[in-house]
Amino acid sequence: MQREVARATPPGGGAVRRRLSGRVLLPALALLVMVAVIFYLQPRAMSYTGMRLVLRYSLPLMFAAMAQLCIIAASDIDLGLGAYIGLVNSLSALLLAERPVLGVVSLVACVLAYAAMGAFIEARRLPSIVVTLGASFVWLGLALLVLPTPGGSSPAWLTTLVGLRPPYVPLPIVAGVLLAVVGHWLFMRSSYGVVLRGIGSTPQAVQRAGWSLLTARSVLYGLAGVFGLLAGLVLTGVNTTGDANFGAPYTLLSIAAVIVGGGEFFGGVVAPVGAVIGAFIMLLTGSLLSFMNVSTDWQLSVQGAILILVLGTRALQRRRA
Amino acid sequence: MTRRWLDANPWIWSLLGAVLVWGLTVASVEGRGGIETLSTALGFATFYVIVGIGQMLVISAGPGNIDLSIPSVMMLAGYLAMGVMHAEDSGLALGVLVALGVGLGAGIANVVLIRGLKIPPMIATLAAGFVMQSMTIAYSRGSTAKPAPLLLQFSLARVAEIPVIAILFLLVAGGVAFALARSTFGRSVLAIGQNARAAYLAGVPIRRTMAAVYIISSLLASVAGLLLAAYSGGASLNMAEDFLLMSIAVVVLGGTSIAGGQATVTGVWTASLFLYLIVTMLNVLGVSAGLRYVITGLIIIGVLAVSKGRKTA
Repeated sequence: MQREVARATPPGGGAVRRRLSGRVLLPALALLVMVAVIFYLQPRAMSYTGMRLVLRYSLPLMFAAMAQLCIIAASDIDLGLGAYIGLVNSLSALLLAERPVLGVVSLVACVLAYAAMGAFIEARRLPSIVVTLGASFVWLGLALLVLPTPGGSSPAWLTTLVGLRPPYVPLPIVAGVLLAVVGHWLFMRSSYGVVLRGIGSTPQAVQRAGWSLLTARSVLYGLAGVFGLLAGLVLTGVNTTGDANFGAPYTLLSIAAVIVGGGEFFGGVVAPVGAVIGAFIMLLTGSLLSFMNVSTDWQLSVQGAILILVLGTRALQRRRA
Repeated sequence: MTRRWLDANPWIWSLLGAVLVWGLTVASVEGRGGIETLSTALGFATFYVIVGIGQMLVISAGPGNIDLSIPSVMMLAGYLAMGVMHAEDSGLALGVLVALGVGLGAGIANVVLIRGLKIPPMIATLAAGFVMQSMTIAYSRGSTAKPAPLLLQFSLARVAEIPVIAILFLLVAGGVAFALARSTFGRSVLAIGQNARAAYLAGVPIRRTMAAVYIISSLLASVAGLLLAAYSGGASLNMAEDFLLMSIAVVVLGGTSIAGGQATVTGVWTASLFLYLIVTMLNVLGVSAGLRYVITGLIIIGVLAVSKGRKTA
């Protein structure tokens, strides 16, 4: 986890970068505090195995957060992501082990459908919130058609993959750092990343610079489809089974992770490193509650409270500035 | 001329859709049960209408305004109201008060988060919804969730095949339509939705109007929760599942502009009937739940694409 904080505060240079690292600083500190409290309450969580257990479900959530980040970068919002993850979960559990070719084809089709949704939203200038909500019915319906009752199994390679035990650092942390690096490079360092964030802030400028908005939004939604696909796959690996409804919580959790991690709803302001940190924060609320002997019924409340706290603080800061 | 009339009355499309779907449904069972189908649809559609009116007011108040806490308010209001009623008529008044209290509290909470803490409405209502959802989950353990007999009768009552709640909310819808067209409050909502800055400069009380809009939405959601819990014979944790999408879908399909500033109450009613009749038709045709979801989703997206394409918003 320290590694992430190190990544979160890149050294020096440039007003923009300073502001972005400031964006990530708050969630990084919040995460450190949470981890400290958890270790204090339950010292056994400090071990390799302890962290593995505590962070078990962080894999699907961090990929879901990165998927949502792609959409939020376009100043859109995806209210169907959870259902989509449920669809990938169902498809992969039913097909990947038994009929791998059909499985791969269907999953590729899922990603293409996401990219097409982006193109559709751009071409018809539709509000993303309604389209993705409508699409959530489509994903859920397809998942129920594929897998009417929970079942299926995870292919062996997937189970092995999510069960990997890298030396010294547990898999979720390694994966988190890798994902943060990839996301950071994609959005903050690559030249096309500027275009991708640009359509969320000043689409006219992007268009006048000669870039196709249609392509950019399709790429963003396609990327969201890819990250959502990864989320669904690791969910299958972790649960070793499929369920059309497993994905449902990830819609709201992924939005929360992106926002808590420093993203803004408008203006293409996103922080991939922060989103991964946000995913860990949202996930650890559960462990925190159970170590404090509070019923996990209240986990949603704590997650809601964290959202309010972070956004309230940010608004106060802005007013003062 | 016709075109202008159509643009001014965008609800006509969802009404046509509703009539078409109803016709197909009745035709598919050889003309039997047309009235019953319509009567049931009126009853069910009323729940979409109740939350739809609130969502419509919120959405009309301008870009970015949306109430995502509606299903959570419904759940919490439904559960708490059923909980204090203990399935007895003597608890009816208290139950109704509790439900309305939940609505009022939720509305105020949303307003405080949005106006006070300056949190974007989408995330504010989402976070408030999180909190209410977990309160419901915690409360639902070991609570009885049956309605008072009187409330149950009321929610199912019919006058000449027309559900009483449908009549009631036809009147409410009429009142809201009148308020939007004629009252200072209604004009203020639309003015803010068209241009908040201009409305502010013109002296429209933004703070008060926005607060009222969100509180009305939560109050309506709590009433919907109360009635739905009674209608389905008890509150359940998944009873409000579809209402997030439906509350938004009926508003947008009805012809209210998602960019705000223009609303149609008639559209909320016609779109609610349309969407519920689609579900009925698919049920009559014996379509599986999965396919029903797929078709509903595609129709919502499709209608949205067509109607948005007609007038360049």
